[in-house]
Amino acid sequence: MKKKYFINANIIDPKNSLNEKGGLIINEEGKIEAAGKKVNKNNIPSREKYIDVNENFIFPGLVDMRVFVGEPGYEYKENFKTLSNAALSGGVTSVVTMPNTNPVIDNVSMVDFLKRRGRDKSKINIFPTASLTKNLEGTNMTEFGLLQKKGIIAFTDGLKTIQNSRLMSRIMNSACDLKCLIMQHAEDSDLAKYGMVNDGIISTKLGLQGIPDVAEKIIIERDLTLLEEYSCRYHISQISSAKSVDIIKIKKQNLKFSCGVSINNLSLNENDIGNFRTFLKLSPPLRKEEDRLSLVDGLKNKVIDVIVSDHKPEDEEQKRLTFAQAASGSSGIETLLSLSLELYHNESIKLETIIQALTSNPAKILKINKGNLDIGNDADFCIVDINKPWIVKKDNLISKSKNTSIDDKKLQGKVTNTFVNGVELFKL
Amino acid sequence: MAIKSDKAVKISQKHLLGIQDLSISDVNYILNESKKFIKLNKSKNKKLDTLKGKTQINLFFEPSTRTQSSFELAGKRLGADVMSMNIVNSAIKKGETLMDTAMTLNAMHPDLIVIRHQDSGACNLLSQKVNCTVINAGDGRREHPTQALLDALTIIEKKGKIQGLRISICGDILHSRVARSNIYLLTMLGAEVNIIAPTNLMPKEIEKFGVNKFSDIREGLKDSDIVMMLRLQNERMNSSFLSSNREYYEYYGLTPDKLNYAKDDAIIMHPGPMNRGIEIDTNLADDINKSVIQEQVEYGVAVRMACLKIFCE
Repeated sequence: MKKKYFINANIIDPKNSLNEKGGLIINEEGKIEAAGKKVNKNNIPSREKYIDVNENFIFPGLVDMRVFVGEPGYEYKENFKTLSNAALSGGVTSVVTMPNTNPVIDNVSMVDFLKRRGRDKSKINIFPTASLTKNLEGTNMTEFGLLQKKGIIAFTDGLKTIQNSRLMSRIMNSACDLKCLIMQHAEDSDLAKYGMVNDGIISTKLGLQGIPDVAEKIIIERDLTLLEEYSCRYHISQISSAKSVDIIKIKKQNLKFSCGVSINNLSLNENDIGNFRTFLKLSPPLRKEEDRLSLVDGLKNKVIDVIVSDHKPEDEEQKRLTFAQAASGSSGIETLLSLSLELYHNESIKLETIIQALTSNPAKILKINKGNLDIGNDADFCIVDINKPWIVKKDNLISKSKNTSIDDKKLQGKVTNTFVNGVELFKL
Repeated sequence: MAIKSDKAVKISQKHLLGIQDLSISDVNYILNESKKFIKLNKSKNKKLDTLKGKTQINLFFEPSTRTQSSFELAGKRLGADVMSMNIVNSAIKKGETLMDTAMTLNAMHPDLIVIRHQDSGACNLLSQKVNCTVINAGDGRREHPTQALLDALTIIEKKGKIQGLRISICGDILHSRVARSNIYLLTMLGAEVNIIAPTNLMPKEIEKFGVNKFSDIREGLKDSDIVMMLRLQNERMNSSFLSSNREYYEYYGLTPDKLNYAKDDAIIMHPGPMNRGIEIDTNLADDINKSVIQEQVEYGVAVRMACLKIFCE
């Protein structure tokens, strides 16, 4: 591989507090040799070719902490190859995959399969999670230690919540012993039973069973109470309401844990569901505008650490149903960055904070050396024209499934090039 | 008997999916047409040829006695060819989705599909995929527009107006599409609507629809002109919405002493089917001086004839 020089870029690398005009040098091994203002036209050897980025932005490759891939079992919804292509077009170079597959990722042999498929078919970095409980049943723990040794990055039941408090306390103890990361999808299953949308005026108007915001708060409060006794690496996958933001803000003062939010909950509210748009049936549900604003505030004030796409590909058959019967979730990995940039363009959040929540923060929680432009690190990065206008069209999505929550939405900002290990794998 | 309608008046919607979609002039148009059919239904020859040559399919995914027979009769009296699908024997039971059933039926070129479905929004989904007019005969807990229209017609026939009346709706509001459609329609027509239910059966933020809510039936019934009782959906009992039928009857069942809080000339309505001795005292339900439950059924046919005619045009 030839050395690559990029100049005339706006570089943001939150981990290294880099936010300046400059360039990037990638060495022959695909590693970062230099980044920042010291890289410019004048100190590049004259015989070398360079790439003028035209004042576009260079960000570290995004780390998406919540992605559903169809392998194994649902390859018709998404496989590693289609996921990689979709991710690359959105500047995402590392993903954490959920264990809600068929069969479930709950034993060592499944991890071998995943690693092999990930290596052979994926162009991006795959960090698989395993389930917290066998077959996601919420009763017996999986082998955290052995699974972690095989390369499992974290443990979560993905779409499901550990409801049993005693089990949760034991999970936390084990996680503490084995130093593994626990990620909880916080929702009390009884309070949320048969629920589809936020409990409020929209559920009343559409005649759909509501999910109250306390269903989320009650699990967060329980887990954080347990965490005070049984300290471990604990992460709340995603929150949706102002009440959750409030409790996390208080608890963060003397407790160490982290928390994420889906870009859907940051950008949309329950009114967007309109006339039974099943693509906006999400878990956690979209809530009120006040909740959305509170989440934006939480991100701004570092109460929320991470933005995730909550990429959940579903084929047409699962969505062309009545709202009650339709599957939940939306395909969002390729629009994650562009939709996040909306929060910058409407002056809600600083650009650096957004990029931090998409790169260095998730990497830090996961303890992986990704999402940064460290010297010597793999050159995973993207070039972004943050002002480029475009319109999301579901038929133009690269992902195998077209269930975007933001069909026809006008966005500003598009990834133009994505590199993994110094190799350009996506070009607009 | 020939019935002529005002040619200038037109309905704003292609489908009748809910009261929420209708304008006040749509509603008045339907109610005025309905009045003409009340007379027709009382006459000796009840058959018209208004919908001659038209095909109406009744697609009922939920059990129904009065609504299904009412729609069937309405279609037949207007001269349409009416087919009622028996869902128990249909491909739905073999796993066919609503959309596929819709496409199959669509290929048979019906002019009207009347649908009842257990899921809210099912009629909306159907209407997006078929070419003909869709009439909602009840979707989940969302809307039951013809029920609300027949209730409004009954009130107008009995009280001469709706504007300014105090109308109390009592019972399982949470699971009731009848309550929702009535709230939209009666508030639109200028009534003051009181909603009475135990908090467990009260939908969230219902007050935002411009109604007053009460958990005490006596307070809610005070000075009411109309008392509309809803069916307690007994199948919900085991989910701990309520402790028992007898406690419900004690606190929310309509009895003569509770009715005393309403106006002396208040009338009692119920969309049926009734649970006697649970939500309503059996003698009150049969009291022809107060109860208009039979008239509701009668006017139901008229309202559905008007809807079929108007939306099929």
